[in-house]
Amino acid sequence: MSEQVDELGRWAELFDLPLGETAPEPEVRRRGIFSRLKESLTKPSQTISPQLAGIFAPGLITQETWDDLEEALIGADCGMDASLALVEELRSEAMQGRIVNRNEIAKGLVAAVTRQMTPEPPKISLDADPTVILVVGVNGSGKTTTVGKLAHRLHQLDQKVVIGAADTFRAAAIDQLAIWADRSDAHLVRQAPGADPGAVAFDAVSSGVSRQADVVLIDTAGRLQTQHNLMEELRKVHAVIAKANSDAPHETLLVVDATTGQNGLSQARLFGQAVPLTGVIVTKLDGSAKGGIAVAINRELGIPVKMIGVGEQLDDLQPFNAQAYAQALFSPEPSPS
Amino acid sequence: MFDTLSEKLQGVFSGLRGRGKLTDADIDQAMRAIRLSLLEADVSLPVVKQLTSAISERARGEEVATSLTPDQMVVKIVNEELSRLMGSSSVSLPISPRPPTIVLMAGLQGSGKTTCSAKLARFYQQQGRAPMLIACDVHRPAAAEQLSVLGAQLGIPVHREDGVTDAIGIAQRGIAAAKATVRDMVIVDTAGRTVVDEQMMAELVGVRDAVGPTAVVLVLDAMTGQTAVDVAVAFHEAVQFDGVILTKLDGDARGGAALSVRAVTGRPIFFVGTGEKIDALEAFHPDRMASRILGMGDVLTLIEKAQQNVDIDTAKDLEKKIMGGGMTLEDFLDQLRQIRKMGPVGQLLGMVPGLRNATKGRDLQIDDRQLDRLEAIISSMTPGERRRPEVINGSRRARIAQGSGTSVQEVNQLLAQFKQMRKMMKRIGKGGMPAIPGM
Repeated sequence: MSEQVDELGRWAELFDLPLGETAPEPEVRRRGIFSRLKESLTKPSQTISPQLAGIFAPGLITQETWDDLEEALIGADCGMDASLALVEELRSEAMQGRIVNRNEIAKGLVAAVTRQMTPEPPKISLDADPTVILVVGVNGSGKTTTVGKLAHRLHQLDQKVVIGAADTFRAAAIDQLAIWADRSDAHLVRQAPGADPGAVAFDAVSSGVSRQADVVLIDTAGRLQTQHNLMEELRKVHAVIAKANSDAPHETLLVVDATTGQNGLSQARLFGQAVPLTGVIVTKLDGSAKGGIAVAINRELGIPVKMIGVGEQLDDLQPFNAQAYAQALFSPEPSPS
Repeated sequence: MFDTLSEKLQGVFSGLRGRGKLTDADIDQAMRAIRLSLLEADVSLPVVKQLTSAISERARGEEVATSLTPDQMVVKIVNEELSRLMGSSSVSLPISPRPPTIVLMAGLQGSGKTTCSAKLARFYQQQGRAPMLIACDVHRPAAAEQLSVLGAQLGIPVHREDGVTDAIGIAQRGIAAAKATVRDMVIVDTAGRTVVDEQMMAELVGVRDAVGPTAVVLVLDAMTGQTAVDVAVAFHEAVQFDGVILTKLDGDARGGAALSVRAVTGRPIFFVGTGEKIDALEAFHPDRMASRILGMGDVLTLIEKAQQNVDIDTAKDLEKKIMGGGMTLEDFLDQLRQIRKMGPVGQLLGMVPGLRNATKGRDLQIDDRQLDRLEAIISSMTPGERRRPEVINGSRRARIAQGSGTSVQEVNQLLAQFKQMRKMMKRIGKGGMPAIPGM
């Protein structure tokens, strides 16, 4: 039960909300974010752990150790540039005598990644009335599911939520969202399939204002970042939202599938050119995903990761914690819980 | 934009150009660049190692043929090795001699299974088969609804059972329904799963065993990173898939996953998904893919598209007309429509050899909507105006602009450009330049 409150507490912290008396409904699976993240990232133990475990095994540091480390980082989808930079950073620490054995490489690596990805917990302030959160990303990255889970969390935190179903393209996307909205008691603003997504977004924001909602979540259609027309459409949706409420959207979050390779950089870059991104949500960190692309995106573009999705359950969306993430990705040590 | 694999490799080879002989140092440098490029293209690490060692061995061992410069030779070797790794010839999805052919779709969440199922059904429908779709994704909300909507668009029956959570039962009853209604192609869409979810994998195996598919297809997102190999291996161990459909290849993903999966499981890639539209599914050609990666352009696909969509006789007539300076706006409209039948213009340009390279860094986006406007403007003219654009005066321009929902400026622009083009074509025709093919 205490972990449960902890978990909600982390969300309260993310949104800068006081944690009220509302006790979330009891559920069977109850583990901390950390153990779950760690577990889900290391379960397919053939992925990066043995390789890293080999590197971190006691012994002298040689050139080969650094080469192996570079390969392990690339193998985790961190990308060439970020991997080389991280290895360089650790190597110079070793030269200064701060890393003397292989064991300490692990610690150094976690520290370096945590430093880079900002050790401060991310914040999404809900000060505006309502706060408008626009969710964008490529096809199949998990936008709709993420919007649904987010609505659920906000509902638990006593926030009044309006969801705008601006994915009017994919067949049945609106129905999928309707089911999620129903589960989290949110008001769904929808139009017929094929309707103008800008109009839906505008309606959602207006409805949020008139209903005195705390948060308006807007789901958009998946689009590949190279589809010029669709990116222009997204730009328009963003502009229309600003027309409805001049400060909005307050957050524009890019959803990135954790199994994505280096294309994730292109996604972040091109989506960022169309609409100013305020954060990244990394989804599907269960399975065999390596998730290193988040490190690469953060390093090259400086966009902070704000949430991660570690499973299919309603409560498997979590606020991002850089240290936990780095530790789960790279550390062979069991997690301190 | 970062460089694509082909641009990188060309960068490497342009460094080698103009030398008679490759030194070991040259080869090492080229190999390092190839390794980086392949890694950035998301080819998995073990496959990269295998590939670069094969390439470097051949590059060192091979006599430099007198007819080739060293860089051409390396390009040739890389091309051959890439093609070899992806399988030398294209493989099509097996069709059962005893109908119905049953195709089971498997894959991670969000890889595009449902869309792909519909695209596949459409593909076989166009080949004269009678497909049916079965919605066995009992986990994602509204997945069955999505398949129904797509099926309805295509006029293809969809078997779905709302509220039923037993995927195996749905599959069995679906197959029975397909047999009863004499459908000869059944495509079974399943729930997306993660490879570590044993329960979900067991369900997939259960569905497979219950329906006895002709082929199990793994649907894989072209944007997948280093995970691709783990995913392929896990699915292969569980359900022994027969081949792969690679989705979302129309983005700027470099599709290294295709190489990895083929190399590790030995299973071919049947199709690639190349767009949002329901018919954006193409047969996979390993050799063409290698050429594409290497920036040699995909001329074969372009020619194929042209043959499918362009009437040769009309094209020849038109060519004569154009060169004589007698092109009318009517011809121009025909031309525009024929080209557009082949697909989005930006995509077509990407297939032209050298163009991708020549426009490096610059925006090669041709907005298809811009072409829509051109079409609209010309369509708003009378036949007489199209044949003799000179007669279009101010009031006609205003009418055309209003009719097409554009502005007079846009109409002016079109007319000016057309006039210029006609002049240019006439000059080329007179100057006896080599004939430009009709398209």
